[in-house]
Amino acid sequence: MSLLAVENLSVSFHTRHGVVRAVQDVSFQLERGQTLGIVGESGSGKSVTCYSIMGLVPQPPGRTEAGRALFDGVDLLSCPRRRLNRIRGARLSMIFQDAMTSLNPFLRIGDQLIEPLMIHEKVARPAAIARALAMLDAAGIADAERRLKMFPHEFSGGMRQRVMIAMALITKPDLLIADEPTTALDVTVQAQILELIRKMQRELGMAVILVSHDLGIVAGFCDRVMVMYAGRVMESAPIDDLFYDTKHPYTRGLRNSIPALQMKGGELHVIPGQPPDPHHALPGCPFAPRCAQAVDYCATEEIRLLETAPNHRTACLRVQKEGMPV
Amino acid sequence: MSAAALLQVQDVKTWFPVDKGFLFKRRVGEVKAVDGVSFSLRQGEILGLVGESGCGKSTLARTILQLVRPAAGAVLLEGRALTALRGASLRRARSDFQMVFQDPYASLNPRMTVFDALAEAMLAHRRVPRRELPGRIDALLEKVGLSPQARRKYPHEFSGGQRQRIAIARALAVAPKLLVADEPVSALDVSIQAQIINLLARLSREMGLALLFISHDLSVVKHISNRIAVMYLGRIVETGPAAEVIERPLHPYTKALISAVPIPDPRREAHRARILLPGDPPSPLNPPGGCPFHPRCLYAQPRCAQVVPSLEPFGQSGRQASCIRMREIDI
Repeated sequence: MSLLAVENLSVSFHTRHGVVRAVQDVSFQLERGQTLGIVGESGSGKSVTCYSIMGLVPQPPGRTEAGRALFDGVDLLSCPRRRLNRIRGARLSMIFQDAMTSLNPFLRIGDQLIEPLMIHEKVARPAAIARALAMLDAAGIADAERRLKMFPHEFSGGMRQRVMIAMALITKPDLLIADEPTTALDVTVQAQILELIRKMQRELGMAVILVSHDLGIVAGFCDRVMVMYAGRVMESAPIDDLFYDTKHPYTRGLRNSIPALQMKGGELHVIPGQPPDPHHALPGCPFAPRCAQAVDYCATEEIRLLETAPNHRTACLRVQKEGMPV
Repeated sequence: MSAAALLQVQDVKTWFPVDKGFLFKRRVGEVKAVDGVSFSLRQGEILGLVGESGCGKSTLARTILQLVRPAAGAVLLEGRALTALRGASLRRARSDFQMVFQDPYASLNPRMTVFDALAEAMLAHRRVPRRELPGRIDALLEKVGLSPQARRKYPHEFSGGQRQRIAIARALAVAPKLLVADEPVSALDVSIQAQIINLLARLSREMGLALLFISHDLSVVKHISNRIAVMYLGRIVETGPAAEVIERPLHPYTKALISAVPIPDPRREAHRARILLPGDPPSPLNPPGGCPFHPRCLYAQPRCAQVVPSLEPFGQSGRQASCIRMREIDI
């Protein structure tokens, strides 16, 4: 049994301006110790997917329209709140882009760090503090004893991110969901934080879901990648296949529009147009209006994510019907 | 400094006072946000300025644009010292240098249509006859890749990438010679980012516009620039032709910065030696003595803590770096 199996997840937001279908029919599996990257641009549904797994989508306006998220056999979407709370923070943790929003500015770092231990593992305070010290140390925070008594605002951005990671991992979770964990950081600090997550993953043997808009980060970090666009999964494949045997035109467009350091200058490849307006769902493939390979049936037929090569799934109709090489 | 330089920045220092106390304020020090920066920029040239947050790149941009005044040094545009201009003469000179910011929504007036925003700029600076306005504005919109129908719309009706096009059009409305773009693509999605980068490069080429392109993203800077300048803690630590700086960096900081940039290629990423710099960039309030980079530098020696290095020329292609060990270490 997979550690996490998400099946046909659909999430909508019911707003005054209409229904936004943020996530549609998303399915994936994650094994223990594995790393899954979810890549997409803003509004692609990558964060909403993770938030709904964590039960963090406010309902209303959000609504889980369909689907299950089986974590070790327990459906996180339908299980009672109390049961969910026992899993979250203990076996399932999440870190965010902005550490300041997940740390309480009024509490000392030490008190925040030991809270999950005292709640989930009923550890006594002195023992919890000892573990917090060890965790800060492992997270690369020097002088941990003094740091425990400090408040979040006394830390730099990179340090806060380390504290947040220490807090998320202190209960030794089976799965860490990292939503753009380095987007707000400078590149040299980003490299430190990614290395830290990698190290902790090795030590704890946990699975990681890394949400990012940056294909470069995913390339160096993940076993498998899922590319999302307009709430749908466009392509899902092992990391090498996604980069060297790209099937979906969107994935290829995304890859080619990154100005890579090794590339020579000149015109960057451009995906024409804009992402679709989420309020006005159009029939057919959501990428069709921007796709150079689109043919008439792309604008009318429903897309489905299907396996087109071993372990490699894509939602492109032309790849499915004609085996189109891109 | 070449004679053809359009913009000359000469030993500019921008310091901000740090006061303590509420009723009895006293000066306790200075943040040396920009601390002795010199460079020049030719017509049609694109200089990419990179550095991490707090390195002073935005303050440098604001100093060049005369939005903050330097404590020392001079900024010359076509030989004229902008730093000496005041009041109306500075306002008139502003049509020669324009800017584009990171967040186009914050730099466009939400209550003005695109037409009004562009017309305002044109009328304020160039006294374009009113009847010529529609034609000029359509031409300008076309130049930045927007349709003439955009004229009647308000900023909120556009997506982020289109708004940035409007901000660029507004900057170009007064026919500037220098454009300073501060993180112009950082708020945009990758697929849109590429559109704006291509647009800026094309405009610079076609209009002979000098472009100072500021970004924290080394790959973006390398892609668009002819030359690169790397800033650290208020100083330029390395500068030179873009490809050379990226392929054979001279300064250990440049090298660390390059090695930290993720490569969108899993096989290359897997076989890559990454330099992990220890610690965070130091605070400009309390900079380390000697070379500002020495506490994090892998090649630092005791003398690096004593000697303040200056930018020294290297080779024949106009490269410069400020590292006293640049000739002895092989990085």
